[in-house]
Amino acid sequence: MKKPIWLLPAALLLLSACEREKREFRPAQVSEETDEKIALSSLSAGPSPPSQQTTGKGKNFEENAYHISEGQKLYTWFNCNGCHSNGGGGSGPALMDDRWIYGGSIEHIVQTIREGRPNGMPSFRGKIPDDQVWQIAAYVRSMGRYTPKAASPARRDDMHPGPAEQRRPPAEMNPGGSIPSSAQMPQ
Amino acid sequence: MGARPFLILLSALPLSGCSGWQSALDTHGPHADSLARLFWIFLAILSTVWIVTIVMLLLALRRRREPGDDPLMTHPGTERRMTIVVSSAVALTALIVMALTIVSYGAQRVLFASRDGPLTLLVTGQQFWWKVQYEDASPARTFTTANEIHIPVGEKVLIKLESSDVIHSFWVPSLNGKLDAIPGRQNQIEIQADRPGVYRGQCAEFCGWQHAHMGLLVVAETRQDFERWRDGQISAAHIPDDPEEQKGMEIFMTKPCIMCHQIRGTSAGGKVAPDLTHVGSRQYIAAGTLPTTRGNIAAWIVDPQGIKPGVHMPLVQLAPEEIQPLATYLESLK
Repeated sequence: MKKPIWLLPAALLLLSACEREKREFRPAQVSEETDEKIALSSLSAGPSPPSQQTTGKGKNFEENAYHISEGQKLYTWFNCNGCHSNGGGGSGPALMDDRWIYGGSIEHIVQTIREGRPNGMPSFRGKIPDDQVWQIAAYVRSMGRYTPKAASPARRDDMHPGPAEQRRPPAEMNPGGSIPSSAQMPQ
Repeated sequence: MGARPFLILLSALPLSGCSGWQSALDTHGPHADSLARLFWIFLAILSTVWIVTIVMLLLALRRRREPGDDPLMTHPGTERRMTIVVSSAVALTALIVMALTIVSYGAQRVLFASRDGPLTLLVTGQQFWWKVQYEDASPARTFTTANEIHIPVGEKVLIKLESSDVIHSFWVPSLNGKLDAIPGRQNQIEIQADRPGVYRGQCAEFCGWQHAHMGLLVVAETRQDFERWRDGQISAAHIPDDPEEQKGMEIFMTKPCIMCHQIRGTSAGGKVAPDLTHVGSRQYIAAGTLPTTRGNIAAWIVDPQGIKPGVHMPLVQLAPEEIQPLATYLESLK
C-alpha cells in the first residue's frame, strides 16, 4: 500500500522534464521589442562593473528545446550561415568558440541581431519578428553549448561537420572575449 | 422490426465517404481506376473467403459429437474425407493467393508503366505546405507556386517528390495512390485526370502539428485553359496602380514578409515560404485551410498561430490600419 505513494513524486519528476519542450505558439499579444540594457564593454567608470538591465525573456528561450530548434531552422532560412557558416565562421566571426566580440549573453546576441554591428553584420530590426530573433540567439548560444544539454539540438538530418550541439562539451565564457583579436596586445 | 431501417442507414453511412473530391473510390484517372478495381477484387474474394470460413467454423462448433465415441478411435472413411477437405482448402488458398498476386501485378504494371510525361513537376513537401515547381526545357518557362497544381486533362504528368524537412506523403486519392516524400531522395509518381475537375490531395504521413492542414488541390482542365493558366503563372506579379494596393505593397516590402516569401517582379525574394506571386489566383490559402478571400488573408496574417498552431508563419507586428491594404494587395495578386 505504501509503495505507490513514493512512486507518485517519481512519476511527477519525469513529467517535469516536459517543460523543456513547452511550446507557446500563440502569445497573448504581438511581442514588442523588449528593452535590454546591455553594455558592450566590461570597463566602467568607478569600481563597480557596468550597470546592465535585462528583462529575463532570454531564460525562457535558452532553456527551451522548441525555441532553440526553431532558431536552428531560421539560422539557415535567414542565411546566417552565409557568413557565419555552421558556426565555424567565414566572412563573419565564428559563433561556436568562446570569443564574443559583442558579448555572449543571449541579450547581447539579440541586440547584435537587432542593431547590426560594424564591418558587415546587418541590422535585422523590423525584418525578423522579435520572438524569432530570440530563437535565433538561443540557437547561436547552443552552438558553443552555453545552453543546457537537454535543450540543445540533437542530431541534424543533413550533413554536419561536427558533433551535434547537444554532444559538445559545455563552454566557458572567455573573459577577454569582448576585445576583438585585432585589438589585443601581442602576447 | 423497427431496428432494420436504422441498421440499413448505419451500413450506408461509411459509404457516404466514398464520393466527393477526395476519395479513392470516386476515381478520375487510370491509376486510381486500377487501384480501385484492385480494391474491389480483393474485397470480394477475401469477404467470400471470410464468410465461408466463418460458416464452416460455426457449423463445426454446432455439430454434436455422438455419445460414446472414443476420440482416439479413427475411422478410415472419415480420415479420407478430412484429408480431401483439408488438402483442397490448402490448394484453394494457394490458388487464391497466386491469383491475387497476379491481379496485383497487373495493377502495378498500370501504376508504374511509363516515366516520361511531357509535363514534369517537382513537388517538395514542407512543414506544412507543398512547394510546386513546374519544370521545362526552357528556363524562362519554369515557375514556382504552392499548394495548387493545374494539369491538362487526359495527359500523364510526372511528379518528382522531395521533402525539405520530415517525411511527408503525397496523396490525391481520386488520381493515384500515395507516395512518400523523403528528405534526401526523390520519388516519382504519375497522375492523370480523365475528366476536368478539382481534386483534393492531402499529406498522408504524419509530419507534425499541422499535418491535418496540409492539403493541396489538383485542378484538371483542358489543354487550352491549362496553357492560359501557365502563361499567367509564368508572368511576374502585377504592379498595382490602385493607391490602397500600392500601400499594401509598400507594407509587404518593408515588413518581415520578405524574409520568407517571394513575389516575382518585386524585391521580395524569400524562398522558404510559399511563393505569393499569384496567391490571389489560388482557391485556398494556408495549404487548403481557408478559401482565398480578403478577410481570410487578413485573418491569416493577424493570427496564423490561432488558425494553424505550430505553423512556421510567425505573428508579425502590424498596425491595425496596415492590415487592410496588405490583404487587399495580396488578394489582387491574381
